[in-house]
Amino acid sequence: MTDTANPTEQSDAPPPDPNAVQVTINGVAHTARKGQLVIEAAADAGHYIPRFCYHERMTPVGKCRMCLVEADSGRGPAVTVSCMVPVAPDMKINTESETTKRMQEGVLELLLANHPLDCPVCDKGGECPLQDQAFSHGPGESRFIEEKRHYEKPIPISELVYLDRERCILCDRCTRFADEVAGDPLIHFTSRGNNTQVNTFPDEPFSSYFSGNTVQICPVGALTAKPYRFKARPWDLEQVETTCTTCAVGCRTVVQSSRDELLRYQGVDNDSVNWGWLCDKGRFGFEAVNSEARLTAPAVRTGNSFASVTWNEALDQAVTLIKSAVASGGASSVAVIGGARGTNEDAYAWARLAHDVIGTPHVYSQALDGLRSELLDLPRATINDAANASTIVLLGPDLKEELPVLYLRLRDAAEKRRSRILEFTPRSTGLSKYAWKSILVRPGDEVEAMRTALTDPEIAAQLASGSVVVVAGKANLASIGGLQTDALLKLLDAAPNAKVLPAYRRGNVVGALQLGMTPGSGGNYTAKILADMAAGAMKCVVLVGVDLVSDFPDSQLVEQAFASGTPVIAVDTFLSPTAQRANVVLAAAAVGEKAGTVTNIEGRVQTVAQKVTVAGTSRPDWMIAAEIAGRLGTDLGFRSVDAVTEAIAANVPAYAGITPAALRATRDGLCAVPAPARTLPPSGVEVSAREGWDFRVLVTRELYDLGVNNQMSPSLAGLPRGTRAGVHPADLERLGVADGGRVRVVTERGSLEVTVQADPGVARWTVWLPFNQPGGRVSDLLSSSGPVNDARIEKV
Amino acid sequence: MSTYPWAAGFVAGDRPQIVTSRFQYEDSYTLERYLATGGYEGLRAALAKPAAQIHDDVKNATVLGRGGAGFPAGTKWGLTPAGKFPRYLVVNGDESEPGTYKDRLLMERDPHQLIEGCLIACYAAGLSQCFLYIRGEMALAHERVGQALNDAYAAGYVGKNILGSRFSVDIALHWGAGAYVVGEETALIESLEGKRGEPRLKPPFFPAAIGLYGQPTIVNNVETLSNMPWLLRNGVEAYTAIGTQTSPGTRMVAVSGHVKRPGVYEIVNGTTTFRDLLYGDEFCQGIRKGNDLKAFVPGGGSAPWFTPEQLDLPFEGRLVGAAGSMLGSGAVMVMDHTTDIPKAALSLTRFYAHESCGQCTPCREGGTWLERILERICDGHGTESDLDLLIEVGTSICPGAFPHASSSKLGLEATPFPYKMTTICFVGPSAYAPVHSALTLFREEFEAKLTKRTLIPVTAGH
Amino acid sequence: MSRLSSANLELAKEIISRYPRARSAMIPLLHLSQEQNGYVTREAMSHIAELVGTTAAEVYGTASFYEMFKFEPIGRYCVNICRSISCHLLGADDLLHHAEEVLGVKPGGTTSDGLFTLEAVECMAACTEAPAVQVNYRHRFRVATEHFDQLIADLRAGRLADEIPEHGTLARVRQHLPADKAAGNVDPGVPVSPAWMEAAS
Ligand SMILES: Cc1cc2nc3c(=O)[nH]c(=O)nc-3n(C[C@H](O)[C@H](O)[C@H](O)COP(=O)(O)O)c2cc1C
Ligand code: SF4
Ligand code: FES
Repeated sequence: MTDTANPTEQSDAPPPDPNAVQVTINGVAHTARKGQLVIEAAADAGHYIPRFCYHERMTPVGKCRMCLVEADSGRGPAVTVSCMVPVAPDMKINTESETTKRMQEGVLELLLANHPLDCPVCDKGGECPLQDQAFSHGPGESRFIEEKRHYEKPIPISELVYLDRERCILCDRCTRFADEVAGDPLIHFTSRGNNTQVNTFPDEPFSSYFSGNTVQICPVGALTAKPYRFKARPWDLEQVETTCTTCAVGCRTVVQSSRDELLRYQGVDNDSVNWGWLCDKGRFGFEAVNSEARLTAPAVRTGNSFASVTWNEALDQAVTLIKSAVASGGASSVAVIGGARGTNEDAYAWARLAHDVIGTPHVYSQALDGLRSELLDLPRATINDAANASTIVLLGPDLKEELPVLYLRLRDAAEKRRSRILEFTPRSTGLSKYAWKSILVRPGDEVEAMRTALTDPEIAAQLASGSVVVVAGKANLASIGGLQTDALLKLLDAAPNAKVLPAYRRGNVVGALQLGMTPGSGGNYTAKILADMAAGAMKCVVLVGVDLVSDFPDSQLVEQAFASGTPVIAVDTFLSPTAQRANVVLAAAAVGEKAGTVTNIEGRVQTVAQKVTVAGTSRPDWMIAAEIAGRLGTDLGFRSVDAVTEAIAANVPAYAGITPAALRATRDGLCAVPAPARTLPPSGVEVSAREGWDFRVLVTRELYDLGVNNQMSPSLAGLPRGTRAGVHPADLERLGVADGGRVRVVTERGSLEVTVQADPGVARWTVWLPFNQPGGRVSDLLSSSGPVNDARIEKV
Repeated sequence: MSTYPWAAGFVAGDRPQIVTSRFQYEDSYTLERYLATGGYEGLRAALAKPAAQIHDDVKNATVLGRGGAGFPAGTKWGLTPAGKFPRYLVVNGDESEPGTYKDRLLMERDPHQLIEGCLIACYAAGLSQCFLYIRGEMALAHERVGQALNDAYAAGYVGKNILGSRFSVDIALHWGAGAYVVGEETALIESLEGKRGEPRLKPPFFPAAIGLYGQPTIVNNVETLSNMPWLLRNGVEAYTAIGTQTSPGTRMVAVSGHVKRPGVYEIVNGTTTFRDLLYGDEFCQGIRKGNDLKAFVPGGGSAPWFTPEQLDLPFEGRLVGAAGSMLGSGAVMVMDHTTDIPKAALSLTRFYAHESCGQCTPCREGGTWLERILERICDGHGTESDLDLLIEVGTSICPGAFPHASSSKLGLEATPFPYKMTTICFVGPSAYAPVHSALTLFREEFEAKLTKRTLIPVTAGH
Repeated sequence: MSRLSSANLELAKEIISRYPRARSAMIPLLHLSQEQNGYVTREAMSHIAELVGTTAAEVYGTASFYEMFKFEPIGRYCVNICRSISCHLLGADDLLHHAEEVLGVKPGGTTSDGLFTLEAVECMAACTEAPAVQVNYRHRFRVATEHFDQLIADLRAGRLADEIPEHGTLARVRQHLPADKAAGNVDPGVPVSPAWMEAAS
């Protein structure tokens, strides 16, 4: 009984936190975290220590010396680099001592010594850390009367970024970003001492997909972005936080505008998704919204020309087409394709219209470029799950090309030794060189490759040790996703606790799929719908923000479908190649012009904001759907976008509780993930080799292509690399073709003459082609009917 | 007392010789001569005993580092984290400090002695691979050490199973390409990793803990290591019998400038005074043309200056530090009364400004600024305010009091070492040291050069 | 086409093999390319980037830190005159002016015949033998103006050819690390203590 202590004797003091470190900051006691940097601890205690080179998301280098303070660890006050030195028990930190002040003034005066002080003509003026800190911590005047350093004024270091070396303070932020975060060390310090400068290798530009971030993190006006130069002064900008919908990663950003025109996107640091980074396509793609070519009013086609009409006329015509289709062929003679480019509200409204009001099962939001929607029922991983998993299995597209910021997060996981990457891919990807193992798989051999890999004891052991996250997506536009999903199922049998992060590409495709833009019972997918259309079996097809002519990897099928004369209604922001084939075109509002929510690959629901008024009379997709429903006799009850969000929260189990109010209350959004279930069916497809067709066709996307938004953004329009072919050097040698030679790629569908590159990263007996690039339409070569596409390569 | 045509600059005397004993032979750099004069016997003696015991010997002999910091080698070898392997040895042969040269002579004249020293260090401290970093501009040293290594490998003194023992280590000859700052040990490591020679921050990058490739690394100076063979061959007593308790042994000192006989002397540590050195018959034999001594730099270009008042200080680190300067790299530069002090200061400041790696603001901007102001003053365009500005800019590099010598003439008390600094390494402060010394001790020479014209500062525009 | 020649490529591989990490060979390889072409060409930098596994930008960024590397052709003889304190005290300035007149170029300039490039440099570790001069990094001591004229004359006449190789050739002796004698690289990633330590303890 002696060991049962008397409760009154028990101290009710909480157990001491092992991670707490007691320090004194400017005389006041403060509890800091173990390993926390002095600069961060001071910030927590409300003392901002000025800094230039320090950046929370990069390794500290302690170069600019702006953050020097005095700290006493027992041996008297010592000059301390607060961005490098972690707190120590009983450390006395003084951010306000005479010496501290003198050091900060000194460093600032020295930084300004060679700075041109051309603030009035500098993009950064008004939001410039150097300018601000010169006011708050500087001596105010520079006694430097010598001749300043001179360099050629801004030089372009890439298609998108200019560098003004006179303004540069050599903080090593951009160069560290390029090397450490992006893995593209194409800019570097050159020369030495007082002549040190940032530069690229002569005629080798800083062509990184992430170059825009360097502009954002530059603490002075040395790096400026072509699309923004001299466009506005910071004090003219209004901004609101939103989510990028260029791809399905869902990076948080602020959108800034002036005089009702979108001007700039800046990354917002959120722990769950993008850490403040953006890719250049997401950062600069907004230019399309401001494009002269935008649809500003609905239009109706008569013969080969379009005439703008009022919304009343347009909607009446659209409804007439739908009604007569239902009358002649029944509800299932109508199909609705798309909805992946808008918001959750758009997708939900269109799903309700299609399934409940029109009553057709033929509804789908993908154009053969993603895996089946049942993927979303598998146990879902978040991006942080993936970036902290012991093993990341890559079973999908090149993330650097399709989901760029996810690439950054996973690269970081591998570089910082948190995770091992096990990759199965038909062609080396951006992550291959960081992978623990990267296995080249010829399209069609996915299942076999997985089977063999799983018998490798090393791989088995790795999968058995710690958490596993599979990033699954469609790696090849020229073969069906079933091959990939079958391999995935094999892997999941071997690693039953693995979670899946679906690598869908389109901005809100996950939202669309989770909110009902999927086939009802007996419903068809896009390819079958197009086939029926071609066969005259469809009476009306509605295309919601989907450009099949550019995006569907079977141009012949699309051509036949439209040639059938089936009435088509298109909802779009541009008169896209597809919209041009429609009978009625309904002008849709674009990003930045409408509010709502989107769902990223994790299932994370985040808000998108309206910043500018819509182009002309264009309307959000959800509103258009509601209008049509109304004219078809059903009131969906959607009076405002919030009403739609509420309806989703009320009716879609995964979205329960995700109301506008709840979203306003979070920083990182809320996850909407269906209860895990293994609904993904085996495809049962078999691939067999065919005589005389010895090459497998591999078609992948690159970040920049002929997509309408890409082409309508002047800064990005010129960036697609163009159509070319990639073949393994050994195969090329066998063909007797030199690297860089011309070949004709022949398939059953057609042939294409291209330049071929020897690419050891391509699986043997495979011909790689990039999709939707200038200089040769690859979709002309592809058939969506078989499991794979085969080809012959002829020397020309 | 004698000199040798094949060892220009070196002056022997009848003093103990620890590292220069072979300089008398024209072929001192050959393996034959080395073996004929006790070569590799220190190593042989070492291999016969446990590594720990050799390490103790070096500790007990207190072999002070000769690269500048004067840190005891034995102690340094003990600073690597227990159990963390592999560990590397990086030999610092980047000798570039103004006024300094001895490592060059040691590499050109007795490369095998250095190689043997490296091997002893590797054995004693458990260092698995050695990189011998020679300054790029020393073509001859490069050739001599390269040849010596080739011969030593062929004869089985370096590489696999040295002298038939379990002791195996490679020595790779590496060379620089013209950058003084690379002599700083962490910059040396960066450079050896194939990067720009930018010093790393300490903390956390103390080489002994996180050095080459992130592994524990011992960086030692050429002269330091050249002491090891003699020490191992003659024992701790013999070594500590020379010099004083705090500074045993000898050290090589280069005396240059306005003396009758400039030269590199191997002197007895701790006891020899600056007066001996500058005026002694076996040393420099006084100031040229019987001129008066105006000032001298006691420890390489970055050391604060001394005047005749400090002549009787012995060559001993602590005493010199207390007197407001440092021994540094063992280089004394002598200025007679004809010396144009501002110009001399400019020459030194320009050196450090020019050699700044450029990564940290105070050195990159401050060093050049000091140089520009001095230039203006020397060209006769300086103003009164420029003299204060020099101190102001200097204070941005070194906040607080800066060390200087005492001067009864000016009624100055000495301010001892060390100083506070806002820079990452000592190059920044070194650009200021000569300015501060010259201005403190010889302000009138600056004032004599000033114009009366005043200049208007530019104010920060917004 | 001034990537490394096939002979130098072999040398490059041998040099790389001396380091646990290929990138450590960066400076030696840059010297090798300078020896091949007299200066470091762009193609060579791209080639070195491939060999040590980095980008040309990083190679150039590193190379340009070090003053011995030249990025366009210079004279056959690089004549460096020390201007640091010890030489300054003993007349380096006068020697430099004299050299400028004799060669007819300012520091950094190359004579029209492409023979000499004049440089004013910092301390060359010969301070007691001031004023000191280097030609292609080979020392000349206590150089009075008349000695300088003699030196230039000798170089012009090719009398020093076997003592002083063309610019770019640093050392005429190379270290060769015979495979059978080498202990081998020690990989920083493999935490093993050296055999003789175990033997000792
Ligand atoms: C700017 C600077 C330059 C230096 N240059 C040299 C040098 O050329 N040679 C050298 O041995 N040490 C040099 N040192 C000292 C080294 O950092 C290091 O302390 C020394 O090599 C350690 O060897 P030791 O302990 O044997 O003296 C320099 C230090 C600084 C700060
Ligand atoms: S003090 Fe000078 S040399 Fe040293 S790190 Fe700073 S900039 Fe480089
Ligand atoms: S912010 Fe710490 S040194 Fe730059």
